[in-house]
Amino acid sequence: MRVVGIETEYGIVDPARDQANPILLSSRLVNACRLWADGRSAPWDYGGEDPLQDQRGHRRERATAGADMLTDAHEWNPQHGLISLRRRRGSWEDPAHLNAVLGNGSRFYVDHAHPEYSGPEVATAREAVVWDRAGDAIALAAAARYAQEEDSTVALYKNNVDGKGASYGTHENFLVRRDVDFDRLARLITSHLVTRPVVTGAGRVGIGQRGEQAGFQISQRADYIETEIGLETTLRRPIVNTRDEPHADRRRWRRLHVIVGDANCFDVPVYLKVGATSLVLSAIEADDERLDALVLAEPVAAVRTVSRDLALAATLPLASGESATALEIQRALLEISRDYIADADDAQVIARWEGVLDALGRDMFDAARDVEWVAKLQLLGRIRDKHTERGDDGLAAPMPWSDPRLAALDLQWGRLGDGWASRLTDAGAVTRVSDDAEVERAMRQPPSSTRAAVRGAFVGTYPQLVDAAGWASVVLDRETAHGKLEVLHLDDPLATTHPLLDELSQG
Amino acid sequence: MPQHQTSGSSFDHDAPAPEPGPPGAKAESTDAVDSLLDEIDGSLQTNAEQFVRSFVQKGGQ
Repeated sequence: MRVVGIETEYGIVDPARDQANPILLSSRLVNACRLWADGRSAPWDYGGEDPLQDQRGHRRERATAGADMLTDAHEWNPQHGLISLRRRRGSWEDPAHLNAVLGNGSRFYVDHAHPEYSGPEVATAREAVVWDRAGDAIALAAAARYAQEEDSTVALYKNNVDGKGASYGTHENFLVRRDVDFDRLARLITSHLVTRPVVTGAGRVGIGQRGEQAGFQISQRADYIETEIGLETTLRRPIVNTRDEPHADRRRWRRLHVIVGDANCFDVPVYLKVGATSLVLSAIEADDERLDALVLAEPVAAVRTVSRDLALAATLPLASGESATALEIQRALLEISRDYIADADDAQVIARWEGVLDALGRDMFDAARDVEWVAKLQLLGRIRDKHTERGDDGLAAPMPWSDPRLAALDLQWGRLGDGWASRLTDAGAVTRVSDDAEVERAMRQPPSSTRAAVRGAFVGTYPQLVDAAGWASVVLDRETAHGKLEVLHLDDPLATTHPLLDELSQG
Repeated sequence: MPQHQTSGSSFDHDAPAPEPGPPGAKAESTDAVDSLLDEIDGSLQTNAEQFVRSFVQKGGQ
């Protein structure tokens, strides 16, 4: 596949105190996570972030800045690679931005008013599922520790909407070749991002940002997507986000930051949103001309059309003048993606993608074990049928969509631990791509396929040496002649070892 | 699961006619899902409205 990472912002509630400050709850939860990690965690290294860099070229002067142009004093050590020296700063941490870099290579922290788990970089779709689920398990472990430390509890929700107008994100990050023209990349990936909710949607009760209209739709996130392309993530959210912060050698790589996806409690949608999207990106990198025929005429309108089309029959106008359903576009993308299978993992992604599209095309409820919105709709449908009542007109009708019980079921679906999606999974009604034992291991161990292995090993094995860590850096604080902090640069996302780590482990 | 299709096909469009699914994996979990359904239904009878009203989040990314 390619290097990928998933970020999840969880909904957070103190069930006994509606008015509790969510920033404070999140901060206390991150603190509890550090206690759970028992010292094997590190603060975040804010030294290397550049969130204002735009993919479309603003601030272009930085585009040529390699590691050798860093402003810190640095030295090249043939044994240890490039190491920058940094002056010691105060160790004060803003409680509203508390961080824990963990031994599994992830970052658990306060983002806006939510706890967020940014998973470690992974290199296969299956790893993405395992370390995504590990994030849920870490969040739950932190919540359990919180209950011991505080005289209250928190409940965490893996969803994206509160039904009152607020939305919070689940983002995917894909490493993409820098030499691909970004405008073309944006135009071509849009058709996939707009139509994939038929496979990856988590389902939502309520239509409109505040759920103004009663009903069910396929995607949590659709009503919050307002423009085709842009830098924002919290307002006027775009289908394609242009933040250009590769966390890698920017002469070679981009990071495509995808913010339109739903939080998923099922394995298969996580597996496919990462695996299928990666293959479509491979087709774009290869400049596959078949993709041009799938460009949508009105992508933003199509986001809503797809999300509300429960019969999977609505046709979307294409730029070519023709039209196609979301399923037809997904099928066309699947056929193109077949030509970009690079390994056995990719082949499994294709097989599963095809199986899900086949089931959806046959009878969508055949996909209920795999596709989260279908399973949610099925459960809601059974509750509605159970409460069928005869109206004044003498006709029997199921429970109306406006009934608060259905909205409650929807919200409770994604609650970590005892939510209905977890309970359905425990009941054996959901396809698993991961298994519980490997998820438990992944709470403490990083994937071995990316630089997360280096970050995780430093933090998990030598936490006393780590001053801070980021995606592309580990900052060491140890006895040296120069007396400064040492910044190790991990610019290659696929470098799974570091000479200094090897040296330390040899004693 | 006998009632899958009822609501799914009734609210917006006509869904394609269901083909009889193969027995096996699906049937195994049916009992567990049925009892979960009863539990969900029971739990929703109390405080659903209050629960929905009090679930308020700040916007995020």
